Amino acid sequence: MGIRTLIGMLVAAVAVIAAMATQEAYRLFLPGLLQGAVLTIEIAILGSLLAIVMGVFAALARLYGPAPVRWLATVYVEIFRGTSALVQLFWLFFVLPQFGVSLDAFLVAVVALGLNVGAYGSEVVRGAILSVARGQWEACTALNMSRAQMLRRIILPQAFVAMIPPWGNLFIELLKSTALVSLITLSDLAFKAQQMNQNTFKTIPIFTLVLLMYLAMSLVLTIGMRLLERRASLGLARGRAG
Amino acid sequence: MTEQPMVRFENVSKRYGALTVLDGLNLDIARGEKVSIIGPSGSGKTTVLRMLMTLETINDGVIWVEGEPLTHMKKNGTLVPADLAHIRKIRAKIGMVFQSFNLFPHMTAMQNCIEAPITVLGMKRTDAEARAAELLDMVGLSQKKDHYPSQLSGGQQQRVAIARACAMRPKIMLFDEVTSALDPELVGEVLEVIRKLGREHDLTMLMVTHQMGFAKEFSDRVCFFHAGKICEQGPPNELFGAPKNERTRQFLHAVLEAG
Repeated sequence: MGIRTLIGMLVAAVAVIAAMATQEAYRLFLPGLLQGAVLTIEIAILGSLLAIVMGVFAALARLYGPAPVRWLATVYVEIFRGTSALVQLFWLFFVLPQFGVSLDAFLVAVVALGLNVGAYGSEVVRGAILSVARGQWEACTALNMSRAQMLRRIILPQAFVAMIPPWGNLFIELLKSTALVSLITLSDLAFKAQQMNQNTFKTIPIFTLVLLMYLAMSLVLTIGMRLLERRASLGLARGRAG
Repeated sequence: MTEQPMVRFENVSKRYGALTVLDGLNLDIARGEKVSIIGPSGSGKTTVLRMLMTLETINDGVIWVEGEPLTHMKKNGTLVPADLAHIRKIRAKIGMVFQSFNLFPHMTAMQNCIEAPITVLGMKRTDAEARAAELLDMVGLSQKKDHYPSQLSGGQQQRVAIARACAMRPKIMLFDEVTSALDPELVGEVLEVIRKLGREHDLTMLMVTHQMGFAKEFSDRVCFFHAGKICEQGPPNELFGAPKNERTRQFLHAVLEAG
């Protein structure tokens, strides 16, 4: 899908939200929902940053770490991929305090979602590194580079381009998963919507607004990733397209 | 006392599972010698270069470079498999040019040539650029220094790859079928650069090639590989002019027929 279509959709979504806001029945809910949306965005951004860090480290650890590190990274990836994000949130928030470790709900949200998506991300990073042509590694060896030099200067810059689209998917997954944090006492967008719905029973306006807000957020993300991809592949294949 | 060989393969074997690619190879290459390796595909000739570049491990034997073990290191008077630090120390003397060029696609010709001198040798950028400019000039590509590999022809890419390898100042250069991926009309420009390199630089060269004419004219010695062994070797005039071995005769006959 072209980037113009995406921008068109975003403009449409925002326009519909704005149009709804002119109606008294809808305007009522907007401040509360926007407040929730801010929390959602905060968790999504911090969680994504943690996911990138975890993904890169776990991938490098699994590929090049000494045996214990490799083992640890594999355990991490399999635990966080193999159990549901909801259970991870509950475990960190309700079970950990039983062992004397109480974490703030916001911190739990960022950590759980970041670790969860990071586990998937590590496979994305690992796959992208392995997809770089073997000849590139061999050229680095022939130039006597160390493994760190190869990765940093030659392999990762090429792998980066291949990573962008799958990371885009993961970020959107993470954004949508933030709705789960309403179950550990956080007042995110989904929580606000449920709360308002319980108080007013105005189901249609509330959930229509919420739907459009999530869509708008994920469209912003998709457009951002598309622009990044375009820039990065331009750097890799300068001149190929003339 | 004879001079130390630049490279010595001592009883080197390479196996992939049950398949023996090289079987007890013994080969000495003198300083400054130009050696061509010819032979049918699957004879193990490329493996010789790849083992010397440490792109392949070996199963038996020892490879020596200037009297020092490459694949092994000395520990308490015996040879043990080398660690990476030792390999990197010895490997610094060797450079390689590949069949498929393997230039870094996200870097210009100039950047390709200064990358390793800066990151590996720790050269200053200005010094590295000066050296790279000289080498790009030698391969006739000063004009193209700011071009990316995708903007260059195959022959030009291979010439950049030769400049890149030379920028590390190796003593030994390995050429692995460097013209095999090129269109026929581009082969000449690359061979011309290799000739020039042989004349102007004090390099030991080891090349796997299908260019029999070039091997004959350029090398001091030609080795014919068959089934993981050196079947016959000698000065090009003898090996091409009067091959002693039946297999060599068959191979040369087949190749020259096709050429």
